[in-house]
Amino acid sequence: MQNTTGPDHVFQRALANNEILLPKCDDCGAFHFFPRVMCPHCHSSAISWTPASGKGRVHTTTVVRRKPERGGDYNICMVELEEGVRMMSRVEGIAPGDVAIDMDVTAFVGEADGAPVVLFKPVEE
Amino acid sequence: MTNDLRGKTAIVGTGHAGFGEAHGLTAYDVMAQSALAALGDAGLKLSDVDGLFCTMMEDSMPALMAAEYLGIQPRFIDGTMLGGSSFVNYLTSASMALEAGLCDVALIVYGSNQRTASGKLVTASRPPAYEAPYNPRYPISAYAMAAARHMHEYGTTREQLADVAVSARAWAQHNPEAFERGPLTREDVLGARMVGDPLTVRDCCLVTDGGGAIVMVRSDRAKDFPKAPVYVLGSAAESSHRQISQMKDFTVTAARESGQRAFEAAGVSRSDIQAVELYDAFTINTILFLEDLGFCAKGEGGAFVEGGRIAPGGVLPVNTNGGGLSCVHPGMYGIFTVIEAARQIRGDAPGMQLKDVDLALAHGNGGVLSSQVTAILGSQNTL
Ligand SMILES: [Zn+2]
Repeated sequence: MQNTTGPDHVFQRALANNEILLPKCDDCGAFHFFPRVMCPHCHSSAISWTPASGKGRVHTTTVVRRKPERGGDYNICMVELEEGVRMMSRVEGIAPGDVAIDMDVTAFVGEADGAPVVLFKPVEE
Repeated sequence: MTNDLRGKTAIVGTGHAGFGEAHGLTAYDVMAQSALAALGDAGLKLSDVDGLFCTMMEDSMPALMAAEYLGIQPRFIDGTMLGGSSFVNYLTSASMALEAGLCDVALIVYGSNQRTASGKLVTASRPPAYEAPYNPRYPISAYAMAAARHMHEYGTTREQLADVAVSARAWAQHNPEAFERGPLTREDVLGARMVGDPLTVRDCCLVTDGGGAIVMVRSDRAKDFPKAPVYVLGSAAESSHRQISQMKDFTVTAARESGQRAFEAAGVSRSDIQAVELYDAFTINTILFLEDLGFCAKGEGGAFVEGGRIAPGGVLPVNTNGGGLSCVHPGMYGIFTVIEAARQIRGDAPGMQLKDVDLALAHGNGGVLSSQVTAILGSQNTL
């Protein structure tokens, strides 16, 4: 990947280095996601990157039902990060139907189709 | 406060084609048959059409493809693509164009052969980059997550979701044009194959072929046509996001704003509406839109639809043709909310005709609860 400062490149390069960076507005202080060249809250173009705390909570969830021979059921959920942004993701390490709304989860960099992606696992009790 | 467009334009023709399975026909064939049906209903010819309002699922320039196919050279085109709500939105742009004299005969048209072509949703749109890696199934994963959140916050039950499908089927059973007319019980819905928890296949709209078309003119000549005119009293839109991950509150849609402004434009209230036609892509839609349009309070939609209250003989007639759940759903259903609302007002509904309908509401949804467009239609008595 080219060494550019394009928001998608910065995010993906960090993921490839096992790091989750979030865009944060220098003017209003709010985070946003997906990465953009401007803040969708106050429309400032002054954006910096901050490492994510990794703390999140499941906002809502579903199970995609798929035949076992095609890989079986899997989870899709929306996780609200401590920073106040939401992202689509998947909680791993438990059955897809056991992922519950308001469950506390921790982010990690996993893999989907050979590319690094943000995934979550339940917070250890 | 009513707006300047109230009652200035009217629907003078509606038509449809290819409901169910349109074997051997392309999406544009079905579109053209729908256009001819609506123009025939209005006593007009394609050569009278000078305004075209169209989008399709398969191309990036569908309105141009449609005009070319129809052999017309429109002087005004709107091909705005908002998903299934586009066709309700065209009521606004057609009204503006007609009223400004930019066209004299507006044709709103759509067609699809998604059932016989592939058996699943055909779409030219790409999965969003920050969602695609998780392989959500569009559109159901989005609606399933909205349903799950509504259940979590308000105690809405799967039984209440099922009752939306059961009510839609009860209307469809009176409608010879409806694709699914067999009996359907709450238990059938709950026991059907789970597709995306908490939604079973019976919580999901049909996959059919079909097309629809609407002809509009300025009101000053609306009485010159064979069918009673149906006036556009108010129409309004609001969009809140494109990707489901960007939806701020999974239990509240922009139908709140579109509905409020449509009611203000029309100068009527909720209790005046005699037929409600909602874009029911999934059972949760009906509940969300009844709440957001103000027919019940937020969180009370589940109880509102329970036990046949929106079925024939209930407290509010909702989706009187059987809706996208049981009548027809060819990729985008929006135009059929307008057609059914207009036919209820004209008195020639294909299924159960309600008595003396003067006011009906049509509501379109596009994307993944992204674009909301509400229209209020009225008879001559409401001008
Ligand atoms: Zn900002």
